Amino acid sequence: MSQEAARGVVIVGAGHAGGTAAALLRQYGYEGSISLVGEEPIAPYQRPPLSKAWLKGEADAASLMLKPDSFYAEAGVDLILGVRVTRIARAKRTVSLADGRTLAYETLILATGARARALAIPGADLEGVLTLRSAADAEVLKADLGPGRRLAVIGGGYIGLEVAASARALGAEAVVVEREPRILARVACEALSTFFTDYHRARGVAFEVAADVAAFEGEGRHVAAVRLGDGRLIACDVVLVGVGAPPNVELAAEAGLKCVGGIVVDEQARTADPAVFAIGDVTHRPLPLYGRMFRLESVANALEQARQAASAIVGRPAPPHEVTWNWSDQYDLKYQFAGLPFEVDDIVIRGDPATAKFAVFHLKGDVIQAVEAVNAGAEFMGGRQLIAGRRPISRARLADTAISMKEVAA
Amino acid sequence: MAKITYIEHNGAEHVIDVKNGLSVMEGAVKNNIPGIDADCGGACACATCHVYVDEAWRDKTGTPSAMEESMLDFAENVEANSRLSCQIRVSDKVDGLTVRMPESQH
Repeated sequence: MSQEAARGVVIVGAGHAGGTAAALLRQYGYEGSISLVGEEPIAPYQRPPLSKAWLKGEADAASLMLKPDSFYAEAGVDLILGVRVTRIARAKRTVSLADGRTLAYETLILATGARARALAIPGADLEGVLTLRSAADAEVLKADLGPGRRLAVIGGGYIGLEVAASARALGAEAVVVEREPRILARVACEALSTFFTDYHRARGVAFEVAADVAAFEGEGRHVAAVRLGDGRLIACDVVLVGVGAPPNVELAAEAGLKCVGGIVVDEQARTADPAVFAIGDVTHRPLPLYGRMFRLESVANALEQARQAASAIVGRPAPPHEVTWNWSDQYDLKYQFAGLPFEVDDIVIRGDPATAKFAVFHLKGDVIQAVEAVNAGAEFMGGRQLIAGRRPISRARLADTAISMKEVAA
Repeated sequence: MAKITYIEHNGAEHVIDVKNGLSVMEGAVKNNIPGIDADCGGACACATCHVYVDEAWRDKTGTPSAMEESMLDFAENVEANSRLSCQIRVSDKVDGLTVRMPESQH
């Protein structure tokens, strides 16, 4: 028997984007039914702390929850957890759940997120070869770290570096293996890569860059070493694979929605089907500031698109465009970045990396496209405003720390 | 436990009992009070949990860190009593605190 409630909003994916969309719909006065369907067994929570404060034991599980459990009943949100959505029938406006239920929708929001990419190499299925995406993943990883444990991180991106930093805080040893000649190659400029490499090294993290991983070697069923492409072995007790996160587009693609890397949406987070929105990591979205489409993976993007979709659904004016941003915490460093370095001609560094308080501005002509700030809140905030404003800027003033960022941005 | 009054920009008041140890921001977000966005979840990375602390409570809510101050400096309509509510810890000391919200966090 299929159970069809009154048609309202069905949200597929109970992560940061989906959970926020449900809360915003109610906050904006939406009165129809809302179903929020998630594959994980727990209510929406914040993922960023899983590699940072939570992993180090500085935040408890309750503090990760987006809303208290009581919120969903009080707000009239039907939270359906631990169930996969198996199919979307757009003609009938229904979704099928793995437990046999069918939900009818007036409006569908796809917030299916991304998943950790696995490595297709020998030994990838050994115990102790981990990825980090969910709270359950984080529990397993945390249990495997501690004084004297040897962690090998595959991939020198944010996740890998944050976990390496947290592992050091927990007393574990850490080595980071990166395929590219430098860490953060895909996401940060060379000055930042050098800075983070030095900062981690000074805190006991070892690096193998320009290094391929050929296999994981086990002792019995458990991983015991990483074999590099040149044959060398790195002994370890646990491996974290952090090599990117492909979007979960399968449901949308099977339903005939256009996917180019992610689900293609417009500035309201709407797909080509006016009854279907998509938000968060899974989308391929317009970036009006840069005049192009892109897939962003960040909380800021999830929230911005949740606001876009919820506003469109209740008929509220569209929220203002945001400058995309994100952050990373490693040791005592707060790394914040805004904008994207498209078509950049050169960079201006403000402050001295040796002091661990500086910012790198990426310029196209005299216009700032992006800023990367380390322990430099004013440069991050001022940079965001300058990126949004698209005004030409004086490089000399930007580089001169004797002139406050407030004055530079004025 | 502390009783905290959150006043939206439009004047709507919410009086909430917030557990010690949480931040003033968490007290609002976990009760779905509009006006405090807290995009970064309390990492002092985004300045979208800006509030104005009632004058009588400024001493008891402590002083902002250099990072908080530099972020606040660029928030909209910042005043001398502006704070990022993720950086104010709830304890018996702030029982009765009133915070007001700015027109917009974005």
